[in-house]
Amino acid sequence: MFDRRLVQNFDWMLLIITLLLAASGLITLYSAARAGLPITQAFFVKQLMWYGIGFVIMIASFLISYKQFDQYAYFAYAVCIFLLAAVLLVGKLVAGSKRWLVFGQISLQPSELAKVAVIIVLARYYSRTASTKGMRLRDLVIPMLLIGIPFGLIVKQPDLGTAVMILLIAATLTVLIKIEKRAMIAIVSFGTVAIPMIWLLLKGYQKQRILTFLEPDRDPLGAGYHIIQSKIAIGSGMLSGKGFLKGTQNALSFLPEHHTDFIFSVLAEDWGFIGSAAVLFLFLMLIIWSLNIAHGCRDPFGALLAIGITALIGWEVFINIGMVMGLMPVVGIPLPFISYGGSAILSMMLCMGILMNISMRKYLVE
Amino acid sequence: MTDAPSPNSFLKNQTPDSDWYKRRIIGLLCFVIPGFVFLLLRLFYLQIIDGENFRRLSENNCIRLQSIDPPRGLIFDRNMQLLVDNRPSYDLSIVVKDARPLETSLQNLSQYTRIPLELLWGEVEKSHNQPSFKPVLLKQDIGRDVLAALEVKRFELPGTIVDIRLRRLYVKSLSAAHILGYVGEISSDELKSVKYAGYKRGDLIGKSGVEKSFENYLRGERGGRQIEVNVAGQLVRILKTVDAVPGNNVLLSFDQNLQKKAEDLLSDVAGAVVAMDPTTGDILAMASSPSYDPNMFVDGFSRDQWETLIKNPSHPLQNKAIQAEYPPASTYKIITAMAGLEEGVIDEKTTLVCPGSYKYGDREYRCWKKGGHGSINIGRAIAESCDVFFYQVGLRLGVDRLASYANGAGLGVLTGIQLEQESGGLIPTAAWKKRRLGVAWQAGETLSLSIGQGYNLVTPLQLATMISSIANGGTRFTPLIVKKIQNASGETIKEFFPEIKGYLPVSPKHLDIIKKGLWEVVNGKSGTGRIANIAGIEVSGKTGTAQVFSRKTDSENESRRAQQLKSHAWFVAYAPSANPKIAVSVLVEHGEHGASAAAPIARELIRAYLHDSQSTERSTSE
Repeated sequence: MFDRRLVQNFDWMLLIITLLLAASGLITLYSAARAGLPITQAFFVKQLMWYGIGFVIMIASFLISYKQFDQYAYFAYAVCIFLLAAVLLVGKLVAGSKRWLVFGQISLQPSELAKVAVIIVLARYYSRTASTKGMRLRDLVIPMLLIGIPFGLIVKQPDLGTAVMILLIAATLTVLIKIEKRAMIAIVSFGTVAIPMIWLLLKGYQKQRILTFLEPDRDPLGAGYHIIQSKIAIGSGMLSGKGFLKGTQNALSFLPEHHTDFIFSVLAEDWGFIGSAAVLFLFLMLIIWSLNIAHGCRDPFGALLAIGITALIGWEVFINIGMVMGLMPVVGIPLPFISYGGSAILSMMLCMGILMNISMRKYLVE
Repeated sequence: MTDAPSPNSFLKNQTPDSDWYKRRIIGLLCFVIPGFVFLLLRLFYLQIIDGENFRRLSENNCIRLQSIDPPRGLIFDRNMQLLVDNRPSYDLSIVVKDARPLETSLQNLSQYTRIPLELLWGEVEKSHNQPSFKPVLLKQDIGRDVLAALEVKRFELPGTIVDIRLRRLYVKSLSAAHILGYVGEISSDELKSVKYAGYKRGDLIGKSGVEKSFENYLRGERGGRQIEVNVAGQLVRILKTVDAVPGNNVLLSFDQNLQKKAEDLLSDVAGAVVAMDPTTGDILAMASSPSYDPNMFVDGFSRDQWETLIKNPSHPLQNKAIQAEYPPASTYKIITAMAGLEEGVIDEKTTLVCPGSYKYGDREYRCWKKGGHGSINIGRAIAESCDVFFYQVGLRLGVDRLASYANGAGLGVLTGIQLEQESGGLIPTAAWKKRRLGVAWQAGETLSLSIGQGYNLVTPLQLATMISSIANGGTRFTPLIVKKIQNASGETIKEFFPEIKGYLPVSPKHLDIIKKGLWEVVNGKSGTGRIANIAGIEVSGKTGTAQVFSRKTDSENESRRAQQLKSHAWFVAYAPSANPKIAVSVLVEHGEHGASAAAPIARELIRAYLHDSQSTERSTSE
C-alpha cells in the first residue's frame, strides 16, 4: 500500500517556504494585533489556531493521491456552489455584504474555498480537452459556465475582490492552455462591445463605486486616505524598519484594516525594506518552486492543478502588495499566509498540501 | 502520455504532450519575474528614495482628515419668505501648546472677550489629558463684536483660534415655531437607530416639526479635507477637498402673514387655530399658543428659562393643533346629523320636541337653553345647537353607528400630516369601552356622545379637515404642510400634490341640509354663531363648548381652579359659504363659550385671508 518512495520524495523545500511564510505572518499579525482594543489580541491566538487546523488539512491532502481530486472534481465543485448559495440565503450580514457562514463560534468564507474548487474543476476539464491548436470558442462554453456560476454568486454577496480573483485564475489557466486565434479575436471584440454597454446600464452610484475602485484618489476621505496612510506606513519603514512592535502608524490605528488587507504595511513599517523585500523574495521562491513542480509533473491534470495554485498565490500577492503601495485598485484581497482570516489560511494550507502531493508523486505516475 | 492509444491519429497529433506543457510553464516565468521586479522597485522607491519624507510624515501623524459640515437646507413659506436660515457662529478655541505662557494668554483673552477668567481656566483644565496641540473649545458663538475685538488684538493672543460654524436661525422667532420645530444634538439612542445611520456624535438633527420630519432632505452631505499639519498641529496645506453638498430647501404651504395673523389672534389665550384650503388640503395657517422661541434650543437655555418653559401649565412646547386632544362638543352635532340623515332615523322634516331637557333612565339631560327650543327640525337644531334634538337622534343611532360616521369624517384617526407626533384622538365604540374599561356601554352615555361630550376626543387639525370636507362637498384631503423640496440651486426635486384620503359618508342631498344649517348658525336670526358674521362675506360655521372636568383637586388657589374648570371654546367655519376658499377650526382653552371666545378669531382670520386674496385677485386682474 504505502510506497517508501513517497517519503524519499517529500518536498522539504516547499515545507520550509511554507513554514517561513507562516512565521512571518504570525509575527506581523502579533504586531498588528497589539494596536487598539484588547479584542485584537484574540486575532493572533485565533490565527495560531487556524494554522494548527491548516497543518492537519495540509497533511491530510498530501496523504491521498491527487488523482482523487481529479476523480471527485465535480463533486467538490458542487459542494462549493451549494455553500456559496447557502451564504446568500443564511449568511451573516457584515457591513452590507453576506460572506460568512456561521457555525457556532466559527465563521467560514466559502468563497475562499471556491477559488480552489474552480482550479480543480478547470484542471480536470482542460487536462482532457487541451489541444496544441488551442481551444475553440465552443470548447470554452463549459469552462465559462464553470467560472460563471461561482463568479455570479460571489458578486451577489457582494465580494468584488474574490470574484475578480476567480476570473484572473481562470483566465491564467485558459490562456496557458492556449486559445485559438479566432476564438481570441471573438472574445476580445465581444469584450470591447459589451463593457461599454454594461457601463451604460449601471446606476450612478455603481459607476461611482467602480471609478473609486480603479482610482482611490476619487475618494480622498475613504479609500484615498487609506492608501496615503498605507504609503506613509510603508515608506516610513525606510531601510531597516522601525523595529518589531515599533510601528507608529499601525499603533495609532491610522492604518485601516491593518490586520487583514493592509497587513503588508505593518510588516513594511516594522521591518523596513530589508524585511519586506525578504518576504517578497519568499513569495517569489514559492511561485518559482510550484511552477517547478508543475514543470516536473508528467500528468496534465497535476501540472494544471499546480499552475492554478501558482496563479492564485501569484495574483493575490501581486494585487495585495500592489494595492497597499498605491499601484492597484483598493480591493479586499488578502495577502496569502500573512493576512488574518481563517478561511484564507485553510484554503492556502490545502493548496500547499496539494502541491506537496503532486511533487512527491511525480515519479509514481504510470 | 505518448503511449495512450488514440482513436484518431489526426487528433493524436493535437493532444499536447508533456513537453508542450513544459514550454508553456516556462513562458509563465516571463510574467512572474517582471511582476516581482515591479513590486520591488516600488518598495525601493517608497522606503529608500522617498523614505525620509514618509518617516517625517509619520512622526506627527501629519495627514489628517477634517470633516466639513454641509449647510442645512432652508425653510420658506409659500411665497419664498425665509423662515429658517443659517447664521455664522464664531467659536473660540485655544491651542495650549502655542499659547504659552498660558496665564498671560488667558488673562488677555478674558479681558478682551469679557468672559470670566475662571470659566476659561475651567475649560482648559477639563481637557488636560488631551494632547496640547489639540484645540480646546473655550466658548461657542462669541458674537461679531467680540470677534472684532479679538481681531484687533490678534498678536497678543498666540494660540487663539476662531472657527466659524453654521447655526440655525429661526428668523421669525416665536412664529410658526411648532411647525418648524428645532434642531439639537443627536442622542446616543438616536445614534444607535438605523434611521440615523451615517451620523456621528455631535451632529445636529431635527428634533421636532418640519426639521425632524424632513431631516433627510434638510441635512445635506458631509464633505471633508485631507490636510497636512506641522508638528504644532497647524495646517500646512490642504491636500484634497470634497465639498459638502448643502441640504435641500423646504417650501411650506402657508403664507407667513396669515400665519402671523392667526398667532396674533391667539396671543392672549391658550389654544390652537388651523386654517385649510378646502380645495387642496393645503394648511394656510397653523398656530398653537403659547409658543416658544426655537432659537433658545440653538443658543442654549439657562436653567430658569428651561424651567419656566416646561413648568408652564399651558405647555408651550406642545403643538396643540395636532397633539392636543379635546372633546369636540357641539361641533360633533354635524356628525350626529350626518349619521341620522344617512341612516334614515330622521329626515329633513322630522320634528322633535325640546322642552329644555330630556329624561332618560333616572337622569335628566339638559339642553343649554333652559326654556327649550320647542318643536324643532334638523336645520334649526344645527343653527341653534339644540342638545335635546341630538340626544334623541343619538339614541336612535347608538354608539357604534355614530362612531363609524365620525371615523368616516376623519375624527379619531390620524390625518397623515407630514409632521411627527400627531395624536389620533378617540372615538369610542361599545367594544372599545368593554376592552378598555371592562364595562358594557350604557345607552345613557350615547346621549352625551351625540353632543360631542363623554369619551370623544379630537385634535383641532381633525376638526379642520372635517369642516373642510363639508365645505368642498365631501372630499377629505390629507393636510399638506410641505409643498415642495428644492435643491440649493432652486431646482424642484420633490413636490407634494393634493392627496385624497377619503370621502365623507354622506349623500349630496343630506350634505346640503347640513350646510344650510351651518349657514344659519352664522346668518340665521337665532344662530349661535352670529358673531362670526362678516359684512360682504357669507360665512358658515358651528360653535362648540366643551365641558372640562377638573382632575386636579388640590390646586393652589380658588381662582386658578375656577379658570381650569372653564369650558373649552370651539368654532369651526368655512367661507365664502357658496364657494369655500378657507376652512378654519379654532380652539380656545377655557374660553367658556364657542361663540364669544372662538368665533371672533375665526372671523378675523377669514376676513384677513379673503380680503387679502380678493385684493390680490383684483390687482392681478387689472
